[in-house]
Amino acid sequence: MRKSGAEILIECLKKEGVKHIFGYPGGVVLNIFDALYDEKGLELFLTRHEQGAIHAADGYARASGKVGVALVTSGPGATNTVTGIATASMDSIPMVVFSGQVPTMLIGNDAFQEADIVGMTRPCTKHNYLVKDVKDLAQTIREAFHIASTGRPGPVLIDLPKDVTTGMTEFKWPEKVNIRSYSPTYQGNKYMIKQAAQMILKSKKPVIMAGGGVILSEASKELTELAEMTKIPVTNTLMGLGSFPGSADLSLGMLGMHGTFYANTAVQNADLLIGIGVRFDDRVTGKTDTFARNAKIIQIDIDPTSIRKNVPVDLPVVGDIKHVLKDLLKVLKDEKEQWGAIRKSWLNQVDAWKKERPLTYNFDKKIIKPEFVVEKIHKVTKGDAIICTEVGQNQMWAAQFYKYDKPRHWLSSGGLGTMGYGFPAAIGAQIACPNKVVFDIAGDGSIQMNIQELATAVINKLPVKVAILNNRFLGMVRQWQELFFKERYSHTGLDVTPDFVKVAEAYGAVGLRATTPDEVEPVLRESLKIKDRPVFMDFEVDWKSKVFPMVPAGAAIDEMIFDEEVKEKSKKKLKAVK
Amino acid sequence: MRHTISVLVENKFGVLSRVSGLFSGRGFNIESLSVGETIDPDVSLMTIVTIGDDQIVEQITKQLNKLIDVIKVVDYMDVDHVERELVLIKAAPKKNDKTEFLKLTEIFRGKIIDSGATSFTVEITGDEKKIAAFIELIKPFGIKEFVRTGKVAIAREGLKKAKQ
Ligand SMILES: Cc1ncc(C[n+]2csc(CCOP(=O)(O)OP(=O)(O)O)c2C)c(N)n1
Repeated sequence: MRKSGAEILIECLKKEGVKHIFGYPGGVVLNIFDALYDEKGLELFLTRHEQGAIHAADGYARASGKVGVALVTSGPGATNTVTGIATASMDSIPMVVFSGQVPTMLIGNDAFQEADIVGMTRPCTKHNYLVKDVKDLAQTIREAFHIASTGRPGPVLIDLPKDVTTGMTEFKWPEKVNIRSYSPTYQGNKYMIKQAAQMILKSKKPVIMAGGGVILSEASKELTELAEMTKIPVTNTLMGLGSFPGSADLSLGMLGMHGTFYANTAVQNADLLIGIGVRFDDRVTGKTDTFARNAKIIQIDIDPTSIRKNVPVDLPVVGDIKHVLKDLLKVLKDEKEQWGAIRKSWLNQVDAWKKERPLTYNFDKKIIKPEFVVEKIHKVTKGDAIICTEVGQNQMWAAQFYKYDKPRHWLSSGGLGTMGYGFPAAIGAQIACPNKVVFDIAGDGSIQMNIQELATAVINKLPVKVAILNNRFLGMVRQWQELFFKERYSHTGLDVTPDFVKVAEAYGAVGLRATTPDEVEPVLRESLKIKDRPVFMDFEVDWKSKVFPMVPAGAAIDEMIFDEEVKEKSKKKLKAVK
Repeated sequence: MRHTISVLVENKFGVLSRVSGLFSGRGFNIESLSVGETIDPDVSLMTIVTIGDDQIVEQITKQLNKLIDVIKVVDYMDVDHVERELVLIKAAPKKNDKTEFLKLTEIFRGKIIDSGATSFTVEITGDEKKIAAFIELIKPFGIKEFVRTGKVAIAREGLKKAKQ
């Protein structure tokens, strides 16, 4: 049957199993939006900014495991997506973005609303396309979904000139995709896996470091089985939170710049570090030549470019984590080792570190501590909510004080660190998972970067809960200024912060406020009762609170600094242990 | 260390900028680059010369491999191969130097492909060493213009040994 490019686009999306897309209209995509008008099987959510659309598609993808899809117009619509695409790219999130483009004959002429979005997004997409002929459209879309969702996932952009979407052609859905230059390695090398098993058997003080790759590969079950069977403690990178149950005995929590004392200490004392789906980001390793200085390193990853990029690796295994861990488990099971006995002293040591310096903060009866709010969110949601975050202190406290027991429940911009990510991502997550409680833990700075999406949440009756840890500062930057710039708070005070309760109400959402610690839990419980619209909760928190432990930039990860007061207290404990 | 890397790519628009972007995005310089169709018109071959320590070049070749339009990457560092480059030089030797100049050109198996009232244009092909030596020798005669194609390389028989 002959169809227009716009109709082919919609047909292809349905064939790919897409139900929800996020977007914003404009001149050159009018005909696509027109084709969507009567469409029943495909719902478009109109955000209030294209950046919001991309983050929503990203949150949708992270929460559901499906490919996130967005549709925007040319020029400014397309350029507004760049931050969102770069965010998805850094965190390997499967996404397909369609941008309108001026007609092919005008490309390169500085036509109205023309931008070379393919050129601009080349370094922040896994791949991108400019479709020049409507005959290539179906094949291109098929390839884009394949590339976005396989191997190391990532965003793919398809630029659609107006004459391509209005042009007519015979529609044929390509059943197969075959890209000769693209074939990710799924099975790990058997010899390498045997070697890895030998290294695990020989090691006395192993640590597993699990990252976002475990979640992308849906390998949490295998990871948990491996750790539980071989009795190896697990630390997570920021991106890996939830890939291993945070409340398990073997969990060390997060490592790195704001990692736990015991995670960082264990890594620095380990004789074997098993990196699974991690890329050894500098926020994790600190000074690289001191990182895991006593350990041999095994790295398992589907992307060969991640291996040995930042740290030397003794044994690389390239492959899909789920496949590799299954094979590794098989080899290890045959060994019938008495794991409990051989790990006893190492696990005792790790437990002693946990007791020596647990994650703490100074509770106060009068002033709300931000960590306290996060703990209460964990309590009222029974640890079962999808938690999105903005960037800054809010993100780190959310990572430290909420225990993530399941994958796809922690959505945070790890690689790019994009303020403004959390709220639209929460909207996407809520659409993907209508029965889940979805929170955005936010700072008063970040929430103002995409606050317009309140309208999107209100109109779609999405009960997203936004907990603003309002310290009236760009807190994380202020923390660095306090510690490293002699308390010279250059442009970090947000002197005029809007009344968030009123902002929420103005949009037709609910606004709540807590100014004392006793009000925190009631406000949270109140928010859980609201099922038909978003809630903004303004928590007036201690502006002086800082994120600890902290590894100063460029230091080794066991050179952590702690809050002075916390330190005084734990000194006593420290003596008790030693 | 100087590496010669050959990259087999899909012959599509934008591929060159994907490949070069990979270098520029990491602050690496391309010393020379030559591109041409292969026997299969859908496939092009790029020969790239770059400088970097082994770890950097390993990272570059892996990143190149990761590009969707790249079919195959060979770093000739580990492969027995031959390399050639073609250079065109317009030189203007003085009257009494002409014989000497032409002799040198002949010794290096250069070809005079054009001559005018005041200058000769020489075509010379060879590997890095030969070309460098020739240029050194004729510099004193006065080089007016100078253009090179960039290196191309091909493996000797038995490329199968090549590390990918
Ligand atoms: C788009 C963007 N701009 C700037 C930054 C740099 N930055 C990192 S954290 C931060 C402060 C965030 O302040 P706020 O949202 O109030 O959160 P808090 O740290 O107070 O919890 C800034 C400006 C960033 N990460 N993203």
